[in-house]
Amino acid sequence: KCPLVVSRTFWGKNIKCVCFYRNALLEADINKLGFSSPAARKTGTTICGVVYKDGVVLGADTRATEGMVVADKNCSKIHYISPNIYCCGAGTAADTEMTTQIISSNLELHSLSTGRLPRVTTANRMLKQMLFRYQGYIGAALVLGGVDCNGPHLYSIYPHGSTDKLPYVTMGSGSLAAMAVFEDRYRPNMEEEEAKRLVRDAIAAGIFNDLGSGSNIDLCVITKGKVDYLRPHDMANKKGVRTGSYRYKHGTTGVLTKAVTPLNLEVVEESVQTMDTS
Amino acid sequence: MCVCVCVCVCVLQCCRSAAVCLCSSARRGLSCNGWSGTIMAVEFEGGVVIGADSRTTTGAYIANRVTDKLTPIHERIFCCRSGSAADTQAIADAVTYQLGFHSIELDEAPLVQTAASLFREMCYRYREELMAGIIVAGWDPRRGGQVYTVPVGGMMTRQPVSVGGSGSSYIYGYVDSNYRAGMSKEECLKFTAEALTLAMERDGSSGGVVRLAVVSEQGVERQVILGNQLPKFSTV
Repeated sequence: KCPLVVSRTFWGKNIKCVCFYRNALLEADINKLGFSSPAARKTGTTICGVVYKDGVVLGADTRATEGMVVADKNCSKIHYISPNIYCCGAGTAADTEMTTQIISSNLELHSLSTGRLPRVTTANRMLKQMLFRYQGYIGAALVLGGVDCNGPHLYSIYPHGSTDKLPYVTMGSGSLAAMAVFEDRYRPNMEEEEAKRLVRDAIAAGIFNDLGSGSNIDLCVITKGKVDYLRPHDMANKKGVRTGSYRYKHGTTGVLTKAVTPLNLEVVEESVQTMDTS
Repeated sequence: MCVCVCVCVCVLQCCRSAAVCLCSSARRGLSCNGWSGTIMAVEFEGGVVIGADSRTTTGAYIANRVTDKLTPIHERIFCCRSGSAADTQAIADAVTYQLGFHSIELDEAPLVQTAASLFREMCYRYREELMAGIIVAGWDPRRGGQVYTVPVGGMMTRQPVSVGGSGSSYIYGYVDSNYRAGMSKEECLKFTAEALTLAMERDGSSGGVVRLAVVSEQGVERQVILGNQLPKFSTV
């Protein structure tokens, strides 16, 4: 009875509200029956970035959660956008993955068309315009960082399409813990080792103080002409080793009787089918 | 049949309003409840003085404590943004493009009224979807310094002094009693800084630093007043 496809012209482009109303109705129906619809896998994350003297350091934890269960203990949240630009993603895992892939593909075509290395501000504009077009329904909160002809740049991009250009940013459920570390120890024009230590500590704060973040710390150091993708940079939560073993030694159980019955099988039919590998 | 259709429509509208409510509350605004921050613009002989606070909030968390809400639209035309950060950034980008194109077609500097009209056109057409309160201010050779306010809903009106954002409610009295026509540039700067400070003191969604800019025939002069340098008023 209700329209499945409602085409609204907004911003000169049609956003087809195909599923929005229908999903809301279905959700209401399911809730009436006493069930809950499956939760989208979120990354419940801590991601952050910092601009230092020669470039940008991006950091992320590696836990992906599905409700209260850890779905992936070692997922990669720092996505490739272009050789000089990387993007950390928080929010719905599928959304961050697909959004960054789409923009990476478009940016490569753009770069081939202009004949130049892409700029971080271009990636930022593409991402914010796409997220704004979907009015926040794409749950991707991103930390975009890179080095281009104008120097190092760092942006935070929110699901509704607003962006901030700052020297240090944090996003995700652990962002408050990470921001506390940054606000205490950030200085402009840090050296690389200091910047890496700062980002590592900020992510660690998120990992140990936020339930949605955990496992290891990944780092990505981007400088002019070089990218260090350190995965993992720090295994903050190594699985422990058991001190004792419950294995029983051979001969613990005594054998009273032993009876062996051989199974006589004869081959009835044998046929060989070659696979067509042409 | 009639009954079925009515029920469907009602449910649809409920869902839509529920969806919109969810969207608005989850939306990261330049404020938490409505709209945020404090922005202000004052005309003087030869130009305009514009000012804003620097706080962007997501609910109760300050996402950016050094936001620049004074966005250049053209060389001598600025807009002060309040309301949803995503909406105002998108509108400002669109208007910057349209105005740049228009200016190249004309081969001269665009009028402030043109910029304000472009904002009004967009804010009124998409008034149901947007949450944006904008003050457009600048200088052009034809009419000098001008301030146009385009609040939520999309009306446009020219005013000698205009305030906007959630913090503006607290300073209407101060602005109405202290504004005099014919103030000099320095007096306008002091007036704006003091008004914004008072708003930041009382409004939770406003704070950080005070960003000021003077737009005149000579160009744009920007300044920042840090937290410890803000004008002091007697506190109880």
